[in-house]
Amino acid sequence: MGIHLYRIDDRLIHGQVVVGWGQPLNIRFLILVDDLVASSDWEKELYRMAVPPEMEIYFANVETAIRDHTRYAGDPRPGILIAGDIDTMNRLVKGVKAIGSVNLGGIHHRAGRAEKLRYIFLTPDEELQLKMLEGAGVEVTAQDVPSSRARPLAEVLEGDSK
Amino acid sequence: MSDESSEENKPRAIVIGHGDFSAGLVSAVDQICGMAGKLVGLSMMGLTPEDIEASIRAALARTGARVIFTDLPAASATLAARRIVKDDPGVVVVSGVNLATLLDFVFSTAASPAEAARSAAERGKASLIVVERS
Repeated sequence: MGIHLYRIDDRLIHGQVVVGWGQPLNIRFLILVDDLVASSDWEKELYRMAVPPEMEIYFANVETAIRDHTRYAGDPRPGILIAGDIDTMNRLVKGVKAIGSVNLGGIHHRAGRAEKLRYIFLTPDEELQLKMLEGAGVEVTAQDVPSSRARPLAEVLEGDSK
Repeated sequence: MSDESSEENKPRAIVIGHGDFSAGLVSAVDQICGMAGKLVGLSMMGLTPEDIEASIRAALARTGARVIFTDLPAASATLAARRIVKDDPGVVVVSGVNLATLLDFVFSTAASPAEAARSAAERGKASLIVVERS
């Protein structure tokens, strides 16, 4: 069991994660890796209340996530690790060689980002970061929900409109 | 559908959820009782958490509504609404909204927003029934 999905999603805990992935994968624990959330009791309580009772949630900053990754990966229950941005996942991957694949689940529009998929918008620098992640041997695909097709990074960067 | 101009039909709540959830619910309220003007439907499709929160705050400020109905406890909209409640204790959030909830709410014109929200939530819970052959 252990971690079934390493996901980048700027909404962190939300319906797609808890229900969309949580139900079919029978997810029993979530690891929310976010330096800001991990440092705030109010933020942790906010996300804890969004998680159904059958799921446990752990909060970690990048440093503690790297330190505790072996424990998460060895958990007999199925889990999902979520980071809110590419930089956080990149820092995690640098410290945990065991991460072989990363799911792009939701990176939404903001100034400077261009649309690649309906749920993926990237700046040129973020595109570069993802290419470097793949160059480091990590498979990067975009897939918002389990019923959609996992799209390889090259296809994501090409975009739907091209 | 949403006529915010007349006082009696002034919006009292925001409805926000996944996909076209809110538009569907507001449309259903309108079909049943013609009181869609009491509600403002918002979509969160394609929005960042920050934009969802800004969209709700803007709708509250524009309409004076004090209640936010969301679809799921884990929804990004619910998390955004909870952040708003932290800043403004006069705002009330109800997650897990259904049609029965909204119908009760739009008719609770005499109650305060919080009282109307509590009553509507109870009606919504009670509307969930399972029918099966014994």
